[in-house]
Amino acid sequence: MTEVALSSGAGAPAHAAPTGHGAGGPAPKRIVVGYGFWIFLLSDVIMFSALFAAYAVLASNTAGGPSARQLFDLRNTALETGCLLASSFSCGMASLAVGQRSMRWTQIALLVTGLLGAGFLSLELREFEGLVARDAGPSRSAFLSAFFTLVGCHGLHVTAGLLWLGTMMAQFLAKGFRQDIRFRFLCFSLFWHALDIIWVAIFSLVYLVGTIL
Amino acid sequence: MSTERRFDAGSDVGQDSAPGDDSTDEGRSLGAEVRGYILGLALAIALTIASFWAVQTHLIYGPGIPMALVVLAVAQMGIHLVFFLHITTGPDNTNNVLALAFGVLIVSLVVFGSVWVMAHLNHNMVPMGELLKMQR
Repeated sequence: MTEVALSSGAGAPAHAAPTGHGAGGPAPKRIVVGYGFWIFLLSDVIMFSALFAAYAVLASNTAGGPSARQLFDLRNTALETGCLLASSFSCGMASLAVGQRSMRWTQIALLVTGLLGAGFLSLELREFEGLVARDAGPSRSAFLSAFFTLVGCHGLHVTAGLLWLGTMMAQFLAKGFRQDIRFRFLCFSLFWHALDIIWVAIFSLVYLVGTIL
Repeated sequence: MSTERRFDAGSDVGQDSAPGDDSTDEGRSLGAEVRGYILGLALAIALTIASFWAVQTHLIYGPGIPMALVVLAVAQMGIHLVFFLHITTGPDNTNNVLALAFGVLIVSLVVFGSVWVMAHLNHNMVPMGELLKMQR
């Protein structure tokens, strides 16, 4: 009773009193957007963890077909890794350019990001093509099914990221550095960096471990 | 101060930071930001080279190489989180770190749990030849 009276009668005008919990009131929209997208990314990572678990369980079930050691070309993997890492870096440069409101550098950095991402994707498609041509497609063995599901799912994410990246370039060009566009770009850069983190797990645990076992 | 302005800038709230936030509005110069990204890139490249080196060298005890690769991969993920996604352990980042910790818990349960359970099932399974004899 007295507590209610005390807290409502603090003396501050109603419109200035915080409406959320805690001392600072509701979090600013930028925080809410970033945090929400972070939660989405973590759920995406959990989905990938299920694919990783499936791959780890099935990796030795080659059904008499080729094994990881005979199939993987580490030079190609190293090139893909380099492309994705460099594109992650240039995506970071793009977010700094957005912070500086420099349209030219934003567009240049995003273009470089997209080209490196497309380079990664073409290397991966060429690798898949080579595997299918050597009769090591997804239907060959449980190992290859799990491999194509896991790596292909990452490739699909990169494809979606490239479409998103093109959209962001067009939106910055057409609408400028509007607040809502910058929120979208914050989400995009998080997505792109998270894809690189998943690729770190793929090249270490699928390609590198595959060549020594 | 308009509402728009208040919701736009995080600096005058000073409580939370979103994942991926650059901290230029918190007083760090652009040069310092760029240096941060370059440092992250250099560390990530070094760890990547170390991973590729680990599978080709004979200096590491053979059965230990997968563990070395796991350690290098986890280290590189940490580098990416800190330098590119700006997830830090600062007090303004508690929510992000807690969400990350929960994600790591679920991921490790899924991966280690699956591998563990399936290895045991595999171990305890009747060999295929015996199974065929039993069906006769």
